[in-house]
Amino acid sequence: MNGVLNRAGIFIVAAMVALLAAMNAADWGFAVHMVIVAAAATLAMAWTLTRTDYADIAKGILPVSDASLYDDDPVRWGVLATVIWGVAGLAAGLFIALQLAFPVLNLGIEYTSFGRLRPLHTSGVIFAFGGNILIASSLYVVQRTCRARLAFPSLARFVFWGYQLFLVLAASGYLMGITQSREYAEPEWYVDIWLTIVWVAYLAVFVGTIMRRREPHIYVANWFYLSFILTIAMLHIVNNLAIPVSIFGSKSYSLFAGVQDALTQWWYGHNAVAFFLTTPFLAMMYYFVPKQAQRPVYSYRLSIIHFWSLIFIYIWAGPHHLHYTALPDWAQTLGMVFSIILWMPSWGGMINGLMTLNGAWDKIRTDPIIRMMVIAMAFYGMATFEGPMLSIKAVNSLSHYTDWTIGHVHAGALGWNGMISFAAIYYLAPRLWGRQRLYSLRMVNWHFWLATLGIVFYAAAMWVAGIMQGLMWREYGADGYLVYSFAETVAAMHPMYVLRALGGGMYLTGFFILVYNVWMTIKGQVRDEAPMSETPHNAAADRPLPKEV
Amino acid sequence: MPQRTARSLRKYDAMTSETDGAEGAQAKAPWYNHGRIERNIGLLSVLAFIAVAIGGAVEIAPLFWIDRTIERVEGVRPYTPLELAGRDIYIREGCYTCHSQMIRPFRDEVERYGHYSLAAESMYDHPFQWGSKRTGPDLARVGNRYSDEWHVQHLVDPRSVVPESVMPTYAFLRERDVAGPDMTAHLRALTREGVPYTQSDIDKANEDLLAQADPNTNPADLQRRYPRAQVRDFDGNPDQTTEMDALVAYLQMLGTLVDFNRVRAEELSQ
Repeated sequence: MNGVLNRAGIFIVAAMVALLAAMNAADWGFAVHMVIVAAAATLAMAWTLTRTDYADIAKGILPVSDASLYDDDPVRWGVLATVIWGVAGLAAGLFIALQLAFPVLNLGIEYTSFGRLRPLHTSGVIFAFGGNILIASSLYVVQRTCRARLAFPSLARFVFWGYQLFLVLAASGYLMGITQSREYAEPEWYVDIWLTIVWVAYLAVFVGTIMRRREPHIYVANWFYLSFILTIAMLHIVNNLAIPVSIFGSKSYSLFAGVQDALTQWWYGHNAVAFFLTTPFLAMMYYFVPKQAQRPVYSYRLSIIHFWSLIFIYIWAGPHHLHYTALPDWAQTLGMVFSIILWMPSWGGMINGLMTLNGAWDKIRTDPIIRMMVIAMAFYGMATFEGPMLSIKAVNSLSHYTDWTIGHVHAGALGWNGMISFAAIYYLAPRLWGRQRLYSLRMVNWHFWLATLGIVFYAAAMWVAGIMQGLMWREYGADGYLVYSFAETVAAMHPMYVLRALGGGMYLTGFFILVYNVWMTIKGQVRDEAPMSETPHNAAADRPLPKEV
Repeated sequence: MPQRTARSLRKYDAMTSETDGAEGAQAKAPWYNHGRIERNIGLLSVLAFIAVAIGGAVEIAPLFWIDRTIERVEGVRPYTPLELAGRDIYIREGCYTCHSQMIRPFRDEVERYGHYSLAAESMYDHPFQWGSKRTGPDLARVGNRYSDEWHVQHLVDPRSVVPESVMPTYAFLRERDVAGPDMTAHLRALTREGVPYTQSDIDKANEDLLAQADPNTNPADLQRRYPRAQVRDFDGNPDQTTEMDALVAYLQMLGTLVDFNRVRAEELSQ
């Protein structure tokens, strides 16, 4: 009883503090945010009080879910959140892509202008879609590979809901123009503090579960998840150092200025790619690919070399975002050198993942989920070749500031992060909801082809657009003058922007198929269709080891 | 090769019993004692953290103590309150998502946009606005290139002056009062971060905010404290100091602080 009252009390105090802050707010955006926080705290309080089983508490029995099973509630919520946020993030991306082709879609009002929606798209796909599948999959994987239930179950629930609150505050802030203008770190100081609290709780749940493991070794996927959690904490805290103008206002000024600020931001920005979009997705690769293929990881040694070289080298690569700027030359060169070296560990990881299919290559033909994993690793390999190439200063002088960079990012994000996440969702959905199998494997196939073709359209359009743009900017005529005005280069981009939107539309359509498929799977339906290969699942063995081994 | 097959099979057995494949092989053949790290979450965390901390420390930390990171350049000064308010609007609307403020030292960029950007020119930029994408042109030296009227017209309806443009419209800036935020608090926060505003700059911040866009003020005091500050009505509506005033004031000062004829002479003498 005390626990319930304590929790309800904390929520009431939080709601009141938030309301006080809203009343004293220096700007209306901050007021709106504090009202959102107060509403969230009130909902949490109501939920705590109404959902408690008082009869059991009175009898001294706390309702405990089946301890012989893994604690999968936060994983289930996380998968649902991934799907919901995925629709929002991808739709926002398609919308801003169309805005660049047809500027009338900015609608003439501030809330729907490109500048405010762009961070909504980037954060929506990276932190909302990506972040949710990472947290969910890490909590799933760490329990299975440690053969132990989650440590701190209530903290795990706080991590899930706290992270959703972070996402709501970040997204609504962007629409209101609350931003630090730091790419992929746009949320303002108070939202950053909140994320730090949630992140420390996440670290505690993850490490706590590893400490409870019933296996002597920590599995390789967990090394990658661990480096993700640790490094993101470091990057997030350093890059968001700022002094707020008022503690009741949303505005802050970043602690660093100019050159130092730029390098700090791109040290963060590039390693958001490294430690948010690479290492934890490699963790997913190291768990889900062997499980789905029913084959062991190709090489244990390679996974060790891969892990240490990747995390050590990646962190140096940030300055390649600042080639030929006012950043000192030595830093640019250092960034370039390490970016090129990075090609090797990246491909080492890809090879380790792909070669895991040794002896099971036939499944590419028969198992659409394996096919999705393989194309994810192939796109990972392609993007991690293109990245080092773009970091070469001579290439970068052409590609920087153009849509080539956008194409590169999306080859990685749509091809690698998206596809491996879809595969993980398809793997998880029937297992988490105790279904015999996915509603439809043939729909996975449709999703695969729509997404793959969508990426091809997207990347090809952006290659052409970027290289064309870069060449037009530097084109000199025989008279010794620049040939094109900037406006002419903008006009030349239009057909490419339309094609890109088409590719994005196909990718989003594929995702809607996933939404339907997952929804029907959760409902427990099985589509009547010609069978495809599937990976057997033993629900009875899917549980932690008993306390005494 | 037969050895690999045998190991793979062991790993396979381990896999199917719900543990990982790597362990099966690892238990038999410890590789450079990595097994020790794998059994110890504390050791693994510490070593992983050291591995990721080195690169950033080596690259970022020296920028704060190497003097030559930012060469001193005559003319660079902190933003006036009106320019700062304009800059905050520039950030709020996400202008940096399409416009860079960093001219690279290439012939075409220098001819298109002006002298390449110097580190000193953004030394008071909290945060920097170098950008990463040019959906629109670079703005590092857009100041004084177009008239105020052009900027206002362009922000209200970009395609009326540049038919090919894909920029959103910002007509609402014309309606909104810029006054509201307490600029003294903004200047004070920046002073804490090392921007050299004087006490009188801070005291007069709210006054300065309105005065810079008022054609009837005497600009002497403002221009003494903020050299080269442009004082006039920017948005064509002298009765109201709007967000449009602030944004245009900011755009019109971009890249205008440094006199490059003098800088070049100094560089030659070095």
